[in-house]
Amino acid sequence: MHKESYNCNIILCGVGGQGILSIATIIGEAAMNENLYIKQAEVHGMSQRGGDVQSNLRISSNPIASDLIPKGGADVIISMEPMEALRYLPYLSKDGWVITSSAPFVNIPNYPDIEAIKAELAKLPHVIAIDIEQLAKDNQVPRSANVILLGAAQQALGIDYDKLEAAIRSVFARKGEAIVDANIKALGIGKEGKGM
Amino acid sequence: MEEKTKNNATRTLLLLGDEAIAQGAIDAGLSGVYAYPGTPSTEITEYIQQNAIARERGIHSRWATNEKTAMEAALGMSFMGKRSLVCMKHVGLNVCADPFVNSAMTGVNGGVVVLVADDPSMHSSQDEQDSRFYGKFAMIPTFEPSNQQEAYDMMAYAFEYSEQQCLPVLMRVTTRMAHSRAVVKVAETPRPENALNYDSVAANWVLLPANARRRNDKVTAQQAQLEEDAAGSKYNRLTLPPTGRAPLGIIASGIAYNYVQEALAQQDDTNVGLLKVSQYPLPKKLVRQLLDSCEKVMVVEEGQPFIEEQVRGVFESQNIFGRLTGELPRTGELTPDCVKQALAQLSIVNSQLSTDNVFAASPIVAPRPPQLCQGCGHRDVYTALNEVLKEFENPRVFGDIGCYTLGFLPPYRAIHSCVDMGASITMAKGASDAGQWPAVAIIGDSTFTHSGMTGLLDAVNENADITVIISDNLTTAMTGGQDSAGTNKFEAICRGLGVADEHLHVVVPLPKNMPEITQIIRDEINYHGVSVIIPRRECIQTFKRHAKAKK
Repeated sequence: MHKESYNCNIILCGVGGQGILSIATIIGEAAMNENLYIKQAEVHGMSQRGGDVQSNLRISSNPIASDLIPKGGADVIISMEPMEALRYLPYLSKDGWVITSSAPFVNIPNYPDIEAIKAELAKLPHVIAIDIEQLAKDNQVPRSANVILLGAAQQALGIDYDKLEAAIRSVFARKGEAIVDANIKALGIGKEGKGM
Repeated sequence: MEEKTKNNATRTLLLLGDEAIAQGAIDAGLSGVYAYPGTPSTEITEYIQQNAIARERGIHSRWATNEKTAMEAALGMSFMGKRSLVCMKHVGLNVCADPFVNSAMTGVNGGVVVLVADDPSMHSSQDEQDSRFYGKFAMIPTFEPSNQQEAYDMMAYAFEYSEQQCLPVLMRVTTRMAHSRAVVKVAETPRPENALNYDSVAANWVLLPANARRRNDKVTAQQAQLEEDAAGSKYNRLTLPPTGRAPLGIIASGIAYNYVQEALAQQDDTNVGLLKVSQYPLPKKLVRQLLDSCEKVMVVEEGQPFIEEQVRGVFESQNIFGRLTGELPRTGELTPDCVKQALAQLSIVNSQLSTDNVFAASPIVAPRPPQLCQGCGHRDVYTALNEVLKEFENPRVFGDIGCYTLGFLPPYRAIHSCVDMGASITMAKGASDAGQWPAVAIIGDSTFTHSGMTGLLDAVNENADITVIISDNLTTAMTGGQDSAGTNKFEAICRGLGVADEHLHVVVPLPKNMPEITQIIRDEINYHGVSVIIPRRECIQTFKRHAKAKK
């Protein structure tokens, strides 16, 4: 995240209730601390009820006009769910990164075969897929799966690790030290995490 | 809502458009916000409810029962000289159309801003109506910010302008403006509230025909000045082509302006004319100047072709392009991509979106529609209702607006209509009048107090053969769990309206209570008169939130 020329378009996605907005809050906090421009379009209302949800997050050292990312314009897709990551492919830039949870969230009868999803992901140039829920459980940070995903996305985002750490400290400060520590641990797990 | 102090000592906040509007209103000396929750406007009132200064000042922020009561209370506050804000989603303006339109006739004392959030593409709505039409026919000046900073800045300007013109101001935003965050510079200290005064003149506020005619003439005569003000407004900006003449010009309003900027930034040839519109009545003078310097003009606006129709006029001017000529989609939300494509078709932008550079959509992705939460009481209500209705030949269930509208989708497929707030009860009555039986209405608690009570009185007065289910989850759930005006009052309200005690039932919608619930529904359908069944169990979302807060 170098102030002079930084540009990053991020699509955060998942299923309503998975907590994509807290990832956006942490990234937004880090960007605010660097005095960067931010635009973040969110989805509220009806679609939050177990449907697909996404947020367009744009960060730049220059003023940002559109709140929405154009097709082919996303540098990173961060997805809490593997099929949801695929939903936004037309928005991914040709050399963009997909950082996704590998565990399907099945709440529809026609959910595709997970092997087919893996095959689709494998066609993309840059994918990190990790079972964040399992990692969160194994490492006793069960409520910080989303921050593990953020840790895995750190390099693709081009944001310094310590800046994300600082953002986590201030975002979670009012929730107490234990929650701050759990999330910092989760960020580290994500950074080291091994994809599929 | 992080607060930061930057080097230049200006206070900056990362705010949703809705939050920027709320902060702008507080900083403009607001004394009361009146609103009924509705996506995408809800966060404005929520922000004011939680804001420290608003609490310290005692700014009114409790939810109103519906948009009409909200608008009228705001007028009362204005009558006493203080500044009030009314917030709603676009269809809410239909509910308060009566006081809204007449507020131009009464005029204001303290400034009034009516904030309406339109929802093009209908993310959470039943139609795509464009509130700018309301502003025009009510003769009320209309503002349409292009970004979060402008939304913040415009609030102070709107309140001042409202007081200066003695008219309310309509502020129109759309979903992407309401629900997108950006860094906003805000004032260090809020303006003081207005003091209560007795300047309101009864002859303006008593709309007897003689008074109203005089006001109507005055407000009609004011329109030329409002348009002149719009032409000179700092929020409307005409940039003529650098060479004095260009093949193409663009008129862009509200957030459409951002998509145009995004497209223009990607190309070298900047010889275009550009008119940004954020204040109405449409400044025709500026439009004519643009038309005089450009051969073709593209109109880019979020919502219905409000400006485009005015510019094309009855002569169907052939050099005006936009939604009506097909370069832009006729309906639905704009995107940076469709605006870029449209400009490319008129050769303003050379770089047409190339499909080579974009990944194709994945064929295996399945739609994931919203659904009722696991553990939601509405699920148990529909399960019971469906089980009973299997026993009847042609049952019809009239639905309403709320989470339970999702009962239309599989696995329930339980409702046959959903039109507007409260229509379940009145439509069931009309269907019953037509000879339908069983005619069942299903309505939520908040929707019932919003607009269902009057319909129930109609039904009671004729003892209509309908069964009304008020599915009470103790909150306004769809918009995120706001307080519901009728909580703990439903039995009393129904009795007061004349529902007989023996046909008024409260049940707890849980799987274990299925036998009891189905029997009551069955019996009440077989009773040929008005009955009301109230399944009551707290919304699973607010229940979780309350449990967490207790820890």
